[in-house]
Amino acid sequence: MRSDGSPSAPLGLKIAAACGLLFLHLPIFLIFIYAFTTEERSFVWPPPGLTTQWFAVTWNRPDVWQSLSLSVRVAAISTLVALVLGTLCAAAVSRTRFFGRETISLLVILPIALPGIITGIALRSAFSLAEIPFSFWTIVLGHATFCVVVVYNNAVARFRRTSGSMIEASMDLGADGFQTFRHVVLPNIATALLAGGMLAFALSFDEVIVTTFTAGQQQTLPIWMLEELIRPRQRPVTNVVAMVVVLVTLLPILVAYYLTRDGDQIAGSGK
Amino acid sequence: MTLTAAQAKPAPALLPRARGLRGALSDLFWRRPKLLLLLMLLPPVLWLGIVYIGSLFALLLQSFFSIDEFSGLVNREFTLKTYGDLLQAANLDIILRTVTMAALVTFASAIVAFPIAYYAARYARGRWKALFYLGIMLPLWSSYLVKIYAWKLILAKEGILTWLLAKLHLLWLLDAWLSLPIVGGNSLSVSSTGTFIVFVYVWLPFMILPVQAALERVPGNLVEASSDLGASPGQTFRNVLFPLALPGIVAGSIFTFSLTLGDYIIPQIIGTSRLFIGQAVYSQQGTAGNIPLAAAFTVVPIVIMGFYLWGAKRMGAFDAL
Repeated sequence: MRSDGSPSAPLGLKIAAACGLLFLHLPIFLIFIYAFTTEERSFVWPPPGLTTQWFAVTWNRPDVWQSLSLSVRVAAISTLVALVLGTLCAAAVSRTRFFGRETISLLVILPIALPGIITGIALRSAFSLAEIPFSFWTIVLGHATFCVVVVYNNAVARFRRTSGSMIEASMDLGADGFQTFRHVVLPNIATALLAGGMLAFALSFDEVIVTTFTAGQQQTLPIWMLEELIRPRQRPVTNVVAMVVVLVTLLPILVAYYLTRDGDQIAGSGK
Repeated sequence: MTLTAAQAKPAPALLPRARGLRGALSDLFWRRPKLLLLLMLLPPVLWLGIVYIGSLFALLLQSFFSIDEFSGLVNREFTLKTYGDLLQAANLDIILRTVTMAALVTFASAIVAFPIAYYAARYARGRWKALFYLGIMLPLWSSYLVKIYAWKLILAKEGILTWLLAKLHLLWLLDAWLSLPIVGGNSLSVSSTGTFIVFVYVWLPFMILPVQAALERVPGNLVEASSDLGASPGQTFRNVLFPLALPGIVAGSIFTFSLTLGDYIIPQIIGTSRLFIGQAVYSQQGTAGNIPLAAAFTVVPIVIMGFYLWGAKRMGAFDAL
């Protein structure tokens, strides 16, 4: 058999891959249908009828709005902290080689490599040892810690592709360090940072495992959902919230994808 | 070097002198890149070092404390009693159950992930490649709780899976499976089988990505050469593809294994009342208020993952991450 550039896959492989992708996607689509069901008490399939009344009911629920607002505020602040810390770390690690460089990357990745429950219980026991009461900031502290890695990964990948000679050229042409940062480095890494920020936001907005240990009595949206999953009170409202959460997290991910997609074709990215 | 740029001799005066504090700072950083490096590293290292590593130490410290059985307060004296409590039969049972589940989930994810990763790496081109990438990234990033919730809907007794099996006249198969000891239960959503399916579903993208990355590096003509030399597709898979994909599979298994070890929400929502490590930790720190035992429990996955990572590193899995 000669290779002709675009070989066709065996049928078995095609079917297995297609089934795998369907397995990944069908459950999420199902949520969208359940958001419209008229059935209140059970998860019966097929839905006996379709209605949009639950959207109105959900809209008028103050507890949903409060949780949503807390989640958005936590995610926004955590993303900001992660953006600053992640970019600094990425710049340092990618520009120079120094002793302990590997340790630093390990340190950044660790909060996400170890199971969330370890991060959670570790923070919880630190708060208990230091006698810090739970507050908005204890949630942010946890979230920012594991969001750093997302920004870091995006920024490191972009720094690696950004030619160091551009920075040297800028300095040679008389720009000082700050001007170089403002006019050369920042435009180059801006989209990567935006993408990293979006992903960090999505990560924080969705996080529940660490949050259960650092939130105390406060309810973020995922904690609200978790309570509903354990002790269902109003299933239709949960269905609608689930659908909204899917849509809210979908957008930043798509935007992040389009921002980093064409990275390889950026002018001057070669050495 | 204490001279600022303004005081320094303008050697070959091609450039205007840097002005003010900003210029001085800029020059300082240019002459002393180490200082700039230090300033850049300080905030993230301080944050992660104090908040994260500090907390991990606090956790480790707590695991050497014990709880006073009468007052229920934490006794801050060094003792190994908590680790002794950990070795009770009931707790060992929890650990064994969790590790078995993690191993099964890892194995199943590898099998389901391979065809997707292989197709995406070798056959998907252009638009299809992008579609595959998004098709893996979207489930990876979409809400964890919503994914579990979706499976609660699917696996419920009145849900879509039972409906589908009834349409196919296969309900007897489901009933036979559910009547089995360990894996069965009242319905799929309260059985270990349900827990297993949801674990595989939720961690699958973490397996696909590294396997795909490993397979991307296998040149297509290697596979062709193998079949030119007379190997059957099965032989090519066993002797060429699989060994080359193995570092990727091991890299993916780090995620699936570690995430299963530490999860407490999936078995709580979909599964039996038999506990997993994560649930034990959660109930010890929450309702029981026994933070020392909870801390000792989390040391178990840390130790297991330590050995796992050590083994994975020896197999070269980190290059595939």
